[in-house]
Amino acid sequence: MSSEATVTAANRPAGAPAGSSSPANVTMRLWRGDASGGGFVDYTIENLGGEVVLDVVHRIQAEQAPDLAVRWNCKAGKCGSCSAEVNGKPRLMCMTRMSTLELSEPITISPMRGNPVIRDLVTDVSFHFAVARRIPAFHPGPREADGTYRMAQVDVERVQEFRKCIECFLCQNVCHVIRDHEENKPAFAGPRFFARLAELEMHPLDTLDRRELISRDLGVGLCNITKCCTEVCPEGIHITDNAIIPLKERVVDARYDPIAWLGRKIRRRPSPTPAHVTAALAPAAATGEVISTEPAPRATS
Amino acid sequence: MAEYESHTLDVLIIGAGGAGLRAAIEASATGARTALVCKSLLGKAHTVMAEGGVAAALGNVWPEDNWKVHFRDTMRGGKMLNNWRMAQLHAQEAPDRVLELEEWGAVFDRTADGRILQRDFGGHRYARLAHVGDRTGLELLRTCQQRAVSLGIEVFMECKIVRLLTDATGAVNGAVGFWRESGTFVVFGAKSVVIAAGGVGKTWKFTSNSWEGTGDGHALALWAGADMIDMECVQFHPTGMVWPPSARGILVTEGVRGDGGVLRNSDGERFMFNYIPDFYAKETADTIEEGDQWYENKTDFRRPPELLPRDEVARSINSEVKAGRGSPHGGVYLDIASRRSPEYIKRRLPSMYHQFKELADVDITVEAMEIGPTCHYIMGGIRVDADTAATTVPGLFAAGEAAGGMHGANRLGGNSLSDLLVFGRRAGQYAAEHALGRSGDVEVDRAQVDAVVGHALAPFARDGENPYAVHHALQETMQSLVGIIRTESELLEAREALDVLEERAAASGVEGHRQFNPGWHLALDLESMLAVARCTTLGAIERKESRGGHTRDDFPGPDPEFAKVNMVTRMHDGAVVVAAEPLPEMPDELKTLFEEAH
Repeated sequence: MSSEATVTAANRPAGAPAGSSSPANVTMRLWRGDASGGGFVDYTIENLGGEVVLDVVHRIQAEQAPDLAVRWNCKAGKCGSCSAEVNGKPRLMCMTRMSTLELSEPITISPMRGNPVIRDLVTDVSFHFAVARRIPAFHPGPREADGTYRMAQVDVERVQEFRKCIECFLCQNVCHVIRDHEENKPAFAGPRFFARLAELEMHPLDTLDRRELISRDLGVGLCNITKCCTEVCPEGIHITDNAIIPLKERVVDARYDPIAWLGRKIRRRPSPTPAHVTAALAPAAATGEVISTEPAPRATS
Repeated sequence: MAEYESHTLDVLIIGAGGAGLRAAIEASATGARTALVCKSLLGKAHTVMAEGGVAAALGNVWPEDNWKVHFRDTMRGGKMLNNWRMAQLHAQEAPDRVLELEEWGAVFDRTADGRILQRDFGGHRYARLAHVGDRTGLELLRTCQQRAVSLGIEVFMECKIVRLLTDATGAVNGAVGFWRESGTFVVFGAKSVVIAAGGVGKTWKFTSNSWEGTGDGHALALWAGADMIDMECVQFHPTGMVWPPSARGILVTEGVRGDGGVLRNSDGERFMFNYIPDFYAKETADTIEEGDQWYENKTDFRRPPELLPRDEVARSINSEVKAGRGSPHGGVYLDIASRRSPEYIKRRLPSMYHQFKELADVDITVEAMEIGPTCHYIMGGIRVDADTAATTVPGLFAAGEAAGGMHGANRLGGNSLSDLLVFGRRAGQYAAEHALGRSGDVEVDRAQVDAVVGHALAPFARDGENPYAVHHALQETMQSLVGIIRTESELLEAREALDVLEERAAASGVEGHRQFNPGWHLALDLESMLAVARCTTLGAIERKESRGGHTRDDFPGPDPEFAKVNMVTRMHDGAVVVAAEPLPEMPDELKTLFEEAH
């Protein structure tokens, strides 16, 4: 590499975008309204270049529509707050560069359709928080004698894939089972929570059996594996292949068989999980520990 | 008198990041009626942005590590301005807090023998940071969130607290806020209130902080009569992105420089060679040739000046920009493209490659990055008792970034996640103890409530300028006059500018209605930011020395007299005043830790 790279950046005219298609102005077609109804409103604004969709929405807010409602926090793809549908595609607005869109036409931004609208781009996500409260928490066995828990890196990586989830709920938004079927919501957790359940089921230290809950109350069987959730995941989590399909297999091929379940737990990597940890799993399985499926008190607001 | 939605609690916790969640878990465990209130949705707090890890002397990688070494590292990093007792408790309790997270489902990276892996970080003598790749903050937040949910703790989401309420004795007994969704008001009566509302970064133009970092917690406590300490101690990281606008302020890891990246001005010159201070001359290469050889041979060659401590690098960048040799957007260039092959850059710095590609449409294997200092963290904050997290106002507690003292004048990486676990837990414990010691429910003062509501709604009745314009002006003022390098004349200018900005904010108006109206929210957040700006500016004027995150051009070195004092800011007769007050004195047995050979 020569030092020309530096010169290139330095000499780029201030404000000029890197892309080839760069009109002086862009039109943002934003959905404005609330639960009672609304429609698209066009905002024409200077194209500064080098921006993501959320930046342009913020400039509209600061210059033209200070009451434009939009959620956001980190603006770096790490918090999952600014989910919306950009030209009909579910995206994080902070991770969608303007230069990837056709700027000669209006850019449409609408709220996530899978959730009830509150105002403008802000939707009611309380369903997802309510589902979270239905999932029995992580329940580990006892610690080692030295006070530690031992797990192998290769085993935790399987779980870590699901823990990358930033809870943007884009997967919940595109899932056919609930996107246009409000009636399915009470009996279906949705992809984000199947990933959470898979994480708990595959956690090397967890001792609970949630399969009946997953099958009977949270409706994993309703998923018909269209992989829409996987496609929209900004974290690249293989929700369908690594979470939902293994969950389906677990609930189908061993219909609450404590022996088979225990066998699966024990078959896990023998080291460094010590024998006494697996032994400690036995009582829960043997007594068929009852897991409450009653929703816990719901978060207010 | 108007009727409001109201809730009666033992412990109200304001802020649902790591500190708030940890406090809630602890308070709830005592049986106290506990609720969390947060400005965003649950799980979106700025804690998710922490990457490197949580510092705890577990000794998994280096058995030599222990709390005393961690304590010493923390105090030295804080330039000895830390509250020694907080630093001690933090170092002693961090390992238990980390192990506890594992019990709640956290999945840290592992050592070969299956224990929690720890990594090296600046200022830590041993590899000490438990981590999950580069997303440790998300892991910590999600773990505490899931724990709190499983305990059935009530969470009031998207609620902005406008003011705390006090009783006739001055003790805090509740808070008034509004639902951002509907714009309707809500009154909380609480025997104890914990402030865990995070940082203040949005007061500056370039910041790594999210929109929530408006200093609400600091301001609420200040207005309720609490003391702030050392608000002038603000950490500016030298390399934040400045261009494109989408990425302004986002951190660029020091690893870019560690892996060969260099800083250049608009002439293409590696200017850091012009800024080697005498204090570091012995250990710093003085020619480009020597510096370039250090990457391959650290024994025979000295490190390049791009790797001087953060304050030195930030000061140098500032000087270049002021001399007119900056980049078009007010930074300088961080160039690794001309120094390393694309393959090397992608392998060593995958997240940086991804960050610039996704957010900026910049290929760092081809182009230089434009970077400049970015406001990252405030070491100062609400004055607390080290053991109980109690503020100077009865019934009010504080933890996490909102509390001051733990980090002194400069925070070490990894110590913020451990801070919020250790002191979040303590705040929850003692807030619950305080609440359970008071009989009967609190009676909130309706006249106070009505006054707060009236104040909060006032912007709708005003025809003044857009609060976004005032916020923009505040950020420009703080960035240019109370930024990383400060000097008396500019600080005095800032103090006068704040008088004007306060008037402009008080006259600003908002349009639309109360339902999810960001302009209105900003008008109220602006009050918090102005209060923080005032405290920082006053502290910065009075601390006539350079120490850690506070650098004075007119007093370039540390002054032993200022090492003995906190700069305390508090309300007096309706105005913020500042006074130097003595630091708590470290006991002799701990002092000996700093005399041993190092």
